[in-house]
Amino acid sequence: MLVAENITKRFSGITALENVCLELHSGKVNAIIGENGAGKSTLMKILSGVYAEYEGRIIYKGQPIRFQNTRQAQAAGIAIIHQELNLIPYLSITENIFLGREITNALGLLDKKQMLEQTSEILKRLQLNVAPDTKIASLKVGQQQVVEIAKALLFDAEVIIMDEPTSAISESEVDVLFSLIAQVKKENKTIAYISHKLDELFRIADRFIVLRDGKTIESGDMPGMTHDSIIQKMVGREIKIVRKATVTKNVNPLFSVKNLSLKHPSRKNDLLLKNISFSLSKGEILGIFGLMGAGRSELMETIFGLHSKHATGNINIDGKGIHISSPIDAIDAGLALVPEDRKKDGLVPGLDVRTNICLTTLSDLQTMGFLNAQKETSLARKYTLDLRIKTSSDKQLAKYLSGGNQQKVVLAKWLATKPKILMLDEPTRGIDISAKNEIYKLILQLANDGLGIIVVSSELPEILAVCDRILVMAEGSLTAEFTATEAMEDNILKAAIPKTI
Amino acid sequence: MEAVLSKNNYKQTLSRFQSLIALFILCVVISLLSDKFLTATNIWNVMRQISVNICLSVGMTLVVLTAGIDLSVGSVLALCGTITAGLLKNGIEIPSSNLFIGFTIVGATVAGLLAGSLLGWFNGWAITKFKVPPFVATLAMLTIARGLTMLWTKGFPISNLGETFAWPGTGWFLGIPLPVWISGIIVFIATIITNKTKLGRYIYAIGGNENAATLSGINIKKIKITVYAIAGLLAAVGGILVTSRLDAAQPNAGTGYELDSIAAVVIGGTSLSGGRGSVLGTVLGAIIIGVLNNGLVLLNVSPFWQQVVKGLVILVAVMIDKANAKNE
Repeated sequence: MLVAENITKRFSGITALENVCLELHSGKVNAIIGENGAGKSTLMKILSGVYAEYEGRIIYKGQPIRFQNTRQAQAAGIAIIHQELNLIPYLSITENIFLGREITNALGLLDKKQMLEQTSEILKRLQLNVAPDTKIASLKVGQQQVVEIAKALLFDAEVIIMDEPTSAISESEVDVLFSLIAQVKKENKTIAYISHKLDELFRIADRFIVLRDGKTIESGDMPGMTHDSIIQKMVGREIKIVRKATVTKNVNPLFSVKNLSLKHPSRKNDLLLKNISFSLSKGEILGIFGLMGAGRSELMETIFGLHSKHATGNINIDGKGIHISSPIDAIDAGLALVPEDRKKDGLVPGLDVRTNICLTTLSDLQTMGFLNAQKETSLARKYTLDLRIKTSSDKQLAKYLSGGNQQKVVLAKWLATKPKILMLDEPTRGIDISAKNEIYKLILQLANDGLGIIVVSSELPEILAVCDRILVMAEGSLTAEFTATEAMEDNILKAAIPKTI
Repeated sequence: MEAVLSKNNYKQTLSRFQSLIALFILCVVISLLSDKFLTATNIWNVMRQISVNICLSVGMTLVVLTAGIDLSVGSVLALCGTITAGLLKNGIEIPSSNLFIGFTIVGATVAGLLAGSLLGWFNGWAITKFKVPPFVATLAMLTIARGLTMLWTKGFPISNLGETFAWPGTGWFLGIPLPVWISGIIVFIATIITNKTKLGRYIYAIGGNENAATLSGINIKKIKITVYAIAGLLAAVGGILVTSRLDAAQPNAGTGYELDSIAAVVIGGTSLSGGRGSVLGTVLGAIIIGVLNNGLVLLNVSPFWQQVVKGLVILVAVMIDKANAKNE
């Protein structure tokens, strides 16, 4: 269907892709596998016309082609769903889906009815229960991702490239997506599927191509491959999944939350969080699992003082009641929050690594009221080494780092505040396996050092691998609690599924 | 990675030099076409004129770095200039209680500076407390301050302020005009603030990503109010300098100055979306605009064409800047 031959792409001296060959078979799900920085996204951007300059050639439906821009690629039937969402927040779902290809009536005016109908049909197919005229801004990240998928499906594309489509959506939506992919596959369409989640790939992929450091390592049929063999090809060495060491439990809770509730900012009778109570000991890693919309991130944000106007409840640290009305109070109390969306809430992408790391502790880095460059450099150096942040220098802008290293910069910024309680919201979203493992190791080490750690995640294997105790949330309430030994995928999932469905 | 970095640095240096080269070419062309350009009188005159724009533009740079904008600087300049001049000349008379308060030069100047800071503070308060977009809040202040100026002066200039008061605007120190000293000191302090202090770092962080800055425990409101107050204060400095130089406070002084100062900021490479830019870049931008203004006058270009040329220069400067950013 689509063949790429000897593709080479260079960015100002750096070779991102070197003689990469790729075959996408129609009616198959073709998995593109590789660590971050392996060149997957660059390759997909070439196929979809984002980059017009490259060496090598692409043969599509038997014809050599070279797209000058994304519009040409779209017209030829190649649709891409980017990892970074490309939606306009203040337009509705319908307006976003039909952006650039609006349906008009005989008078040249927008045929809103027709567009709304088609949108609600596709949303129904994707089981997203939201009105088609809802503004994107009021959707959660996961729901926005579903809209992106809907957009590509409405294209009637021949080749659909999906770049980490499940990185932000819940298990139930993944099932919906996979059944859709199966359906699309039957229509003899070609799917290129990029994901870090090997479990997913084993579920849906028919073929695989492994990229490493911009080169094609191997391609072939997915059946017959194992987790370990794929991982080995990706990293060129075998790595072990981190297993949790047993932790001695402390009797006195370091941190506790009592009857925490959060009102919806506009619908006063709706509670986003309902009477949440839990506690955390020193050295404990507490997992909080929930599906999309369960209120996981809201819980973290409320504890951190972001919704103080609408929240009620008590927070205790070291047995003392603490009032938190802003992140400033939260930091003073010894809390740290690594947010879910590092580009939106975690990093200042246009500032360098050093400045980002030092941002939370500038008060300690001054002499006589002026910032001390030496102190800043040594703080940045300490964390760059401790967390093994891969960067050419501490003056490198944060936006040029890979996802895993960006996450480490955000972590460094928070560790610098010497927190007692570290809250991590989706700590490994969109980062590659070896960086993930490094972060898991770090979490364990920090817990051993005596920090109380809360890990919020929608990835069950992650929760099961690192946590001592697991809380499950559904619809703003805590529905279950498990110790690491009791916890099984099926009983956690059961507790996480809302009862009203 | 290192290759990318050094290449970026090289490009950044190059784009910085581009402005300098542009300025150099501009100077060469003007001096070839007019023999009045490269005379001491003219050069000091240009620098004196630029000084006022630099005062405004430095404040504007800080505001723009937080991803804001301040349209009120021209009007605030006029109001503060007339407040200082009015207090100095007439004092405050309260007829009902037969009270008269006279002002010394220092007293009147401090009052003018305070007024500027207060107006800026008010801008910041409206923007942070009520979430009024900076464009709207400062547009309102543009009108309010201009109206207050008219009320205060009843529409007439306040002149004959005395030789001592004229000194900061017209005097010399070590062979350099005083306004150049004053704006130089402002640039020096602002450079220290942006590069060497917490405040400066927070300004860049807020402009670069306000969400991340909030979560990092930065008091966004406090920083923004401070920045707008500084912009107001510097507009007042500009107002007092203009008044001192002309020995008169004109109620319509500073009209359109906000545009020249935004132009200086933009030509200087500061991004209007915040988080990227520098005070020194703005200084270069202000000098380019000042030299261009002067050159066009010396070459007898009609005022109508002057506006067209200035607009084109702003456009081209930003186009080049964007093209550079794209190549990175």
